[in-house]
Amino acid sequence: MDTQVLTYIFVGLSFALYIGIAIWSRASSTNEFYIAGKGVHPVANGMATAADWMSAASFISMAGLIAFLGKDGSVYLMGWTGGYVLLALLLAPYLRKFGQYTVPDFIGARYYSNAARLVAVICLIFVSFTYVAGQMRGVGIVFSRFLEVDINLGVIIGMCIVFFYAVLGGMKGITYTQVAQYCVLIFAYLVPAIFISILMTGNPIPQLGFGDTLVNSDVYLLDKLDKVTTELGFNAYTENTKSTIDIFCITAALMFGTAGLPHVIVRFFTVPRVSDARKSAGYALIFIAILYSTAPAVSAFARMNFIDSVQEVQYKEAPSWFKNWENIGLIAWKDKNNDELIQYSSGNALEGVKPDFNNGRGLSGERLVNNNSDLSNSNEVYIDRDIMVLANPEIAQLPGWVVALVAAGALAAALSTAAGLLLVISASISHDLLKKTFMTQITEKQELFYARCSAAVAIFIAGLFGIYPPGFVAQVVAFAFGLAAATIFPALLMGIFYKRLNKEGAIAGMLSGLVITSAYIINYKFINVHLNSADNWFLGISPEGFGFIGMIVNFFVAFSICYFFKKPPKSVDQMVDSIRNP
Amino acid sequence: MQKNYWRSNLKILSILLSIWFIVSFGFGIIWSDSLDQLQIGGFKLGFWFAQQGSIYFFVILIFIYIYLMNRLDKKYKDKSEEKL
Repeated sequence: MDTQVLTYIFVGLSFALYIGIAIWSRASSTNEFYIAGKGVHPVANGMATAADWMSAASFISMAGLIAFLGKDGSVYLMGWTGGYVLLALLLAPYLRKFGQYTVPDFIGARYYSNAARLVAVICLIFVSFTYVAGQMRGVGIVFSRFLEVDINLGVIIGMCIVFFYAVLGGMKGITYTQVAQYCVLIFAYLVPAIFISILMTGNPIPQLGFGDTLVNSDVYLLDKLDKVTTELGFNAYTENTKSTIDIFCITAALMFGTAGLPHVIVRFFTVPRVSDARKSAGYALIFIAILYSTAPAVSAFARMNFIDSVQEVQYKEAPSWFKNWENIGLIAWKDKNNDELIQYSSGNALEGVKPDFNNGRGLSGERLVNNNSDLSNSNEVYIDRDIMVLANPEIAQLPGWVVALVAAGALAAALSTAAGLLLVISASISHDLLKKTFMTQITEKQELFYARCSAAVAIFIAGLFGIYPPGFVAQVVAFAFGLAAATIFPALLMGIFYKRLNKEGAIAGMLSGLVITSAYIINYKFINVHLNSADNWFLGISPEGFGFIGMIVNFFVAFSICYFFKKPPKSVDQMVDSIRNP
Repeated sequence: MQKNYWRSNLKILSILLSIWFIVSFGFGIIWSDSLDQLQIGGFKLGFWFAQQGSIYFFVILIFIYIYLMNRLDKKYKDKSEEKL
């Protein structure tokens, strides 16, 4: 059977499974809709958390990013796993003990103020929508490349599936669907990784394989990679290029941001007991670590394979994946020296970096671009980093069913995260804005109705993001983590560990974190883009890492302001005592 | 009673978080280049901590935390039952 038929079968079967689970686990009360009736087993919750967390970015983009960044890419590996230690030790058990529905719920109650709740809701909605936009782009890429349907149709199919199980099943439906999605995505990630590891190093465990020697030689894979990358004018694969302080701050911003992401935190509200919240954070990190420890191996294999299979190859003889991805515009080749051979090295191949294709074909049959060649270097290849994981099985010439599996896995990763995000958005609207702030009179049944409506609206908006992708998605990812680190995380942490903090301090802290982080990122990413380089940054810290500074500002402002106002009321004191005691 | 529980909890947190900091920010970032002088198999040590080791330590740390907290919970639960 050809790959495309297999892909239709795999994707179709996995979608049928998700819908089946959604029908089986419908939600009938707000308790079930928001937090799955607190009846989720810690292992199941761990899997659901892992699927919730591992998005299209983790599945599709991360390994590709690391493949091109080398050691600098470690910030994502450490940042997106280390946050779980903070979550497990500092937040999850206490927030579970508090036992309400949403993250703004806690902030509103702990700081006895609807203003604080509102600030939290604004941060939450901003962070979550930023994230959803990325998921929908992932769905679009997979559909257009593997199923050869129109991107828009792909996004609409994805929307319908998410609509079905999120609106119907709420948190309960999402949880059990995510368990299934985790199984699909991890299987799809590991199978090609193991295959490629055996092919390249003879070692079936990718985590060990990438520290092993290449097949039929005594040379270590990483040593070879260092040598090849330096020869092509890149930095050595296993060495940093960014400054230590910048790597430190980016890692920190990603870690604290991870611990402050509402759609992850809310997963720990769904387990029966406080001790289960700790346990499920542990399981979640195991399930996440399986993928995250495989990713750097995939990156190293992919980089090596990519160079091996295109370098100095005649375009006419180039492998079919090269031309397939060129056809959807994510690879471009410009024959700078007219020798009909593909040459790949450091530097941008094209002026303006991204290719602007016209309809013509060149002498070798390649797609022509309107861009001029960037003559400062001899690199002829433009490659979008997002395609490495998807293209990897094809580059390594694995059988068609592996390629089909990867497509189904990528969709599982994108859909599971999108559903989790849409749910926290809808809960914050129906619960925090309507029930707790503006329409306190509504009954539970009405609240459930509004929750379903806002989920539907959120899905619709997310779909629009997918069909008309805003060009700034990549830029705003830094925003999502920076803001979570600078606003939500400190408010939660101090709420639990610092009793003296009153509402004035907390609100001032959140607002100052929000303002300073946004100002810095907007300045360098949107207004003064040409100044966005290490020489101009504050202490050499890039916008991606600035959330960490925002967090420190938040702590500092909150501590100083809170002494000018009176202590929090007795009831809050008792509440904090009670959450500290399991 | 609750004060002691909280104090033990904070002690556990500070020890585990120090290890958390050392394996990731320490070995993976600050001292990573010096650790790279050591090579184990195909891995330079600093590179290994940055891309593999820190993740394994994170998992272990959470499970140590779960174990210690369950023990602590049990200890204080037993005590409060004795009092009754």
